[in-house]
Amino acid sequence: MRVRIRFTKVGKVRFTSHRDVARIWERALRRAGISMAYSQGFSPRPKLSFGLALSTGHESDAEYLDVELVDERYAAEDAWGDSGTAATDLAEALTSVLPDGMDVVAVAPIAFDGTKGESLQQAVVSCTWAVEVDGVERADVDAWVADVLSREEIVVERERKGKPVVEDLRPQVLALRVEEESGTGSSGVRLLADLGTQPRALRPTELLVAVDPPLVARSVRRMNQWMSQGADREEPLTVAVAPAPPTTESA
Amino acid sequence: MSSLWSELERVLGEVQKPARYIGCEDGMTVPDHHPDAVAWLLCYPDTYEVGLPNQGLQILYEILNERPDAVAERGYAPWMDLAAVLRREGLPFFSVDTHRPARDFDVLAFNLSAELVYTNVLECVDLAGIPIRTADRADDDPLVLVGGHCAYNPEPLADFVDAAVLGDGEEVVSEVTVVLSAWKAAGGGSRAELHRRLAVVPGVYVPSLYEADFEESAAGGTPGRRLVGIRPVDDAAPAVVEKRTVADLADWPYPKNQLVPLTEVVHDRLNIEVFRGCTRGCRFCQAGMITRPVRERPAEQVRTMVADGLRRTGYDEVALTSLSTADFSGIEEVVAATVADDACGQVSVSLPSLRVDAFTVGIAAEIQKARRTGLTFAPEAGTWRMRQVINKLIREEDLYAAVESAYSQGWRRVKLYFLTGLPTETDEDTLGILQMARRCVEVGRRHLRNPSVTVSVGGFVPKPFTPFQWFGQNTEAELKRKVGLLRDELKRDTKGYRGVQLKWHDPKATAVEGLLSRGDRRLCDVVEAVWRGGGVFQEWSEHFDLDLWSEAVEAAGLSFEEMVYRHRTEDEAFAWDHLSAGLHRDFLWQDWRDALDAVGLEDCRWTPCYDCGACTGYGIEHVVASAVPPAGGSQGTGQDLGSGGEVPVVLMARPGSEGADEQVAVGVGS
Repeated sequence: MRVRIRFTKVGKVRFTSHRDVARIWERALRRAGISMAYSQGFSPRPKLSFGLALSTGHESDAEYLDVELVDERYAAEDAWGDSGTAATDLAEALTSVLPDGMDVVAVAPIAFDGTKGESLQQAVVSCTWAVEVDGVERADVDAWVADVLSREEIVVERERKGKPVVEDLRPQVLALRVEEESGTGSSGVRLLADLGTQPRALRPTELLVAVDPPLVARSVRRMNQWMSQGADREEPLTVAVAPAPPTTESA
Repeated sequence: MSSLWSELERVLGEVQKPARYIGCEDGMTVPDHHPDAVAWLLCYPDTYEVGLPNQGLQILYEILNERPDAVAERGYAPWMDLAAVLRREGLPFFSVDTHRPARDFDVLAFNLSAELVYTNVLECVDLAGIPIRTADRADDDPLVLVGGHCAYNPEPLADFVDAAVLGDGEEVVSEVTVVLSAWKAAGGGSRAELHRRLAVVPGVYVPSLYEADFEESAAGGTPGRRLVGIRPVDDAAPAVVEKRTVADLADWPYPKNQLVPLTEVVHDRLNIEVFRGCTRGCRFCQAGMITRPVRERPAEQVRTMVADGLRRTGYDEVALTSLSTADFSGIEEVVAATVADDACGQVSVSLPSLRVDAFTVGIAAEIQKARRTGLTFAPEAGTWRMRQVINKLIREEDLYAAVESAYSQGWRRVKLYFLTGLPTETDEDTLGILQMARRCVEVGRRHLRNPSVTVSVGGFVPKPFTPFQWFGQNTEAELKRKVGLLRDELKRDTKGYRGVQLKWHDPKATAVEGLLSRGDRRLCDVVEAVWRGGGVFQEWSEHFDLDLWSEAVEAAGLSFEEMVYRHRTEDEAFAWDHLSAGLHRDFLWQDWRDALDAVGLEDCRWTPCYDCGACTGYGIEHVVASAVPPAGGSQGTGQDLGSGGEVPVVLMARPGSEGADEQVAVGVGS
């Protein structure tokens, strides 16, 4: 059976890479004593698939993972109903063996019939990002946002497989605004951006430098991944209980 | 003092692989620093990826953190990008556990496992804001200690370290803590007095309490000046510092909570040490000489550590580590139990040090059900004569049987390790390496279409406390010539050598390893000059810079010829004569003579004692469960050790001394 897991990546652990996260998950599932399905062949690997990669150093409230289990405790449908405890059991077991900053915030079955369902990469069409920018006045950021939104196109040249390609980023900027309260007192100015992911995910840091004057991010955090657009858009998994507010770690 | 994390997290986005610096491993301790506790920063002077798996460091980390009077954290050399950022931002070297500044610790203890990391020790100490020379440190500066295999000749770092610790660290780390704890409780005092207190702890060597004497300048110039001896100049300092040895590994089931890193590191698996020490007697091998006697961990304890470790860490691979794991008495029992344990799931077991015989491959086959990609063997030399000289008594039949066994059971690649530049080596011996590799490919063709044999050749570096400590290392040019010989031979007959790949270690780096391996304290100026010239991470081939070293050696009035390439005489003083690994000098000299006669010596675990001194001197014994040698193979079991003819070692005459034209041959009958 296939299970979808939503987790956070905040604090020190944000400096691990996408590959590191995959390895951390493999070990966490084994440590929690959860039986995974393995691939066949010469070098069997557990069947895990991750959604859109998160850049090293960025935080997230909305990372996803699909894993195929062969664990009898979670195989029956009624383990997952209102009376079942599979979701909370799994979330607790996994969070306890994951590093600080990686917490499981939602778990749900995808399919009991051995089918895969739509992959996370195919299903997700956009992400909401919170970006704190450094060293600029609130008014300048407001002007920058207005400039971005007023443009018909934002053409950039970048390298793809060693060849220069020209690309318009503007269609991928679905929404962009400055958070109301931000930029006052000691806190930096916070941008909220909805950026498209199909056919290629636009990274928030790419946008920051695509329009002059370029902005520098102090922190970037993925808030949501979305499977559709519009007022009734849905996430791959909704968090039942709101995750703990972002904390600044101190040791 | 508070954590530097908030400062660090602002800059980690600028550097490569920031996960190196975050800590957060499973198994990490967040220690409770308090004024009475002795705070240790255990440092590895190389990158996190290389240093994190180090078992010695992890063992001491746990032992110290279990003590109520100590706390321990870890530090790894910051890569050059971060070092530049730290200097730019005015930030210091820090611990990865709680990101405290290194200066907040009482001790910075470095693990020295290779010579080329010495400049990184200076880099870390400097980044910590501590004067690099002991003489310049104030009373309240942290102590700088070193341990590990290279600490058996710490003279090239003598001016930079407050103390070096010899041998197993499990016990002495606590004894040093007790001294420091009492020192702190009494309100401290002068650094010189603290040095005296440390010097009375067995196994602790305090270089500042010793002076090195050099002979008066010989006619002909300073490079001829030789070390006469190193003597204590303080009553607290013993004439000879003896190494420390734990008698029974069963008393030390560490690490109990092996650290599981969040990012990729070398040897990224559960590692369980099954025994310490080795008495195979390979004459080039310093580890086998200085870690005697053999002390096996009880098989039952190994099984428990494997099962618990796998469950706790989530690793799917376990390595049974030692200097020659197939020699472990309980090997079959442990392997069978691990493979049979359902809880271990899809676990693969690896033996990092395979012995060269079919028996060993049989064990490997039993445990590596999946992922049979490559197996590695270390015949070390290409001819039987040469292997008798180095006492690596592997017959060709053993190698071919091992290779046959590997290819027939599904392995597709074989890697062979060799040394070149060994004592008495002729071109025939060097080329013998390729003959062996070629035969291995032929054996492989019986089972596979395209078998692959990778030959990895390293230049031999003579090490202190080995029979080869008297041997003059091959020059950089000679090693280069030998590598060229091998490359030319491959080119001469590309068809015949199809399937053989050759890799080699840079002879330039080998020269510097040789310099530091047997150098004396005059090299401190050289190490400092190279570090000041930007020569850090010298063990990384892309950053190694021979010119920096050559210039520094010349500036110090020294030479590679004198310090590295020259054969030493029987009675010549070594820079490590005031230190002891328990080995009698006359045992080593006799073994050197036997080497030159190509006389092999059997393993003393199962045969009578040769009185090397390691057991008798310390009143300890081998701890070996099996009274008989392991099955299979010829290594160490009665074989024909007949001499295969000799090639004399020629001792170069000393410049300016009498009989300068005379060349002295050491060898058979001399």
